Amino acid sequence: MPTVRFGACLGHFEASMKNRELPFLVLLALPVVIVALAFFLLPLVRLAMIAGSGEDGLSAYLAVITTPRYFESLIATTLLSAGVTFTTLAISAVSGLFLERNSFPGRDLLVSLLTFPLAFPGVVVGFMVIMLAGRQGLIGEITKFLTGDKLVFAYSMAGLFVGYIYFSIPRVILTIMAAAEKLDPALEEAARSLGASPWRVTRDVILPALKPAFIASGAIAFATAMGAFGTAFTLATNIDVLPMTIYTEFTLRANIAMAAALSIVLGVITWLALTVSRSMAGSTVAAAG
Amino acid sequence: MRNTRYFYGQLAFTILVCSFLIVPVIMSVMAGITENFFKGIGSGVTLKWVWQVWDLYADTIFLSMLIAIACLACTIALGVPAAYVLSKRQGPVARAIEELLTLPLAVPGLAIALALIVTYGGYRDFRASWVFILVGHVLYTLPFMMRSVLAVLSSADFRTLEEGAASLGAGFWRRFFDIVIPNCRSGILAGSLMVVTLSMGEFNITWMLHTPENKTLPVGLADSYASMRLEVGSAYTVVFLVMIVPLLIALQKWGQPRKMRAKMREDSPELQTEPVSKD
Repeated sequence: MPTVRFGACLGHFEASMKNRELPFLVLLALPVVIVALAFFLLPLVRLAMIAGSGEDGLSAYLAVITTPRYFESLIATTLLSAGVTFTTLAISAVSGLFLERNSFPGRDLLVSLLTFPLAFPGVVVGFMVIMLAGRQGLIGEITKFLTGDKLVFAYSMAGLFVGYIYFSIPRVILTIMAAAEKLDPALEEAARSLGASPWRVTRDVILPALKPAFIASGAIAFATAMGAFGTAFTLATNIDVLPMTIYTEFTLRANIAMAAALSIVLGVITWLALTVSRSMAGSTVAAAG
Repeated sequence: MRNTRYFYGQLAFTILVCSFLIVPVIMSVMAGITENFFKGIGSGVTLKWVWQVWDLYADTIFLSMLIAIACLACTIALGVPAAYVLSKRQGPVARAIEELLTLPLAVPGLAIALALIVTYGGYRDFRASWVFILVGHVLYTLPFMMRSVLAVLSSADFRTLEEGAASLGAGFWRRFFDIVIPNCRSGILAGSLMVVTLSMGEFNITWMLHTPENKTLPVGLADSYASMRLEVGSAYTVVFLVMIVPLLIALQKWGQPRKMRAKMREDSPELQTEPVSKD
């Protein structure tokens, strides 16, 4: 009898604690919610409304598709980002798996070097591309020595492509290595004992197991490449990627409605990429990007 | 290492990828201390470009530090309570709040900046001050602080600790400040390192929000790349690296919030936190 009453008393205590806590929790959450509403959600709604209230009205959104300049920029940016994503995934899968599955002297050094540029802002990445492929760059010097012609491609879409790969490799490699670490070695062992070749083990066991990590890190790389601004800004202001188009509309043409419409379209694309990947890869995606 | 050819092929590839990332860094460090980069390091080693950067851009360095510290204070004050609330409640309202607070990560910085300008650009004093930039940085870095603290909060059984304290008569604030906060330290530390690193390097939002009087370090970098000689841009990059590398090393050391020792719960993979800059 006393034990039952004690248990009931504890349950009651827990429930009452939960109810009594509510006002405090509301109080704790209030500041952050106010800040997010006032400085993020409200401004975004306002941006979406401004996009529809220019001289063209709601057709500013339509103009994203009907005006060749905007549409081409949208397509070019999407293709560039998709290309960057797949190239980065391929490079990082090879190196990430290699580093996770082998131990040899110098391995830790390679890992730290590969993740070193993690916190470089886009502008710095742009400068690194200039160092590699710019007018006084390394590739130019090498090709000049070999063929007599200086190969310079930093200040174009190709330079941007290289820059975004540079930017994405450290992040994607970290995600892939973390996922590869959690792989069950027994599965591989089983496949091998059944006579599967190393290539088949990779294709049929390892890569499928890493799929969530590919989707997650790929979506982040894609969304980042779509919205990135610093690298393009450093390389050349006339590269027609969507963020540069938005910047030009806003500052040089003062076409605020159009800049707003393009930003909203861009935001919806990156948000969709991350949300779809999150539902595809299960709940294991941190929507960071 | 059953298949040595396979092994060395992959090793060579990985070293190549590594050089792709590191060689330009080494080149820009060299260029920053070379008399004339075009002629090569043979033209002499000098610190004059670094001094020139200091003369031209010292204020951008201080402003970036100021904003990073202010941003850290804001994200701790806003993010730690938010993480605590989200760890306590999992209902639809809590989910909606979490979505709202992490949404800035999914929206390009350019769009966030434009939204802020069209909404608050009319308030001249606010628009012209560095606090305007700070607002953008706080929106962008807050999710990192929140996730990092949340990872610690959901890894340990705080409910038992708190119930114990409550049964001994500790009120809500007493429990929050004496039990929850001290036990979140590793999460707050990891989050802080990320917030400061990201704020120091933020460009996408800052470029749109800055004014000629309020330039941060990355804005100054973009400026020097566009208008100064290569050596000055390089020297400035070196200054940036010198500031950011200690943070990166600290991040590698303390970046993963340590789980509480008492009563570990299965850790949730969605709470993995990584420093991600989206510029």
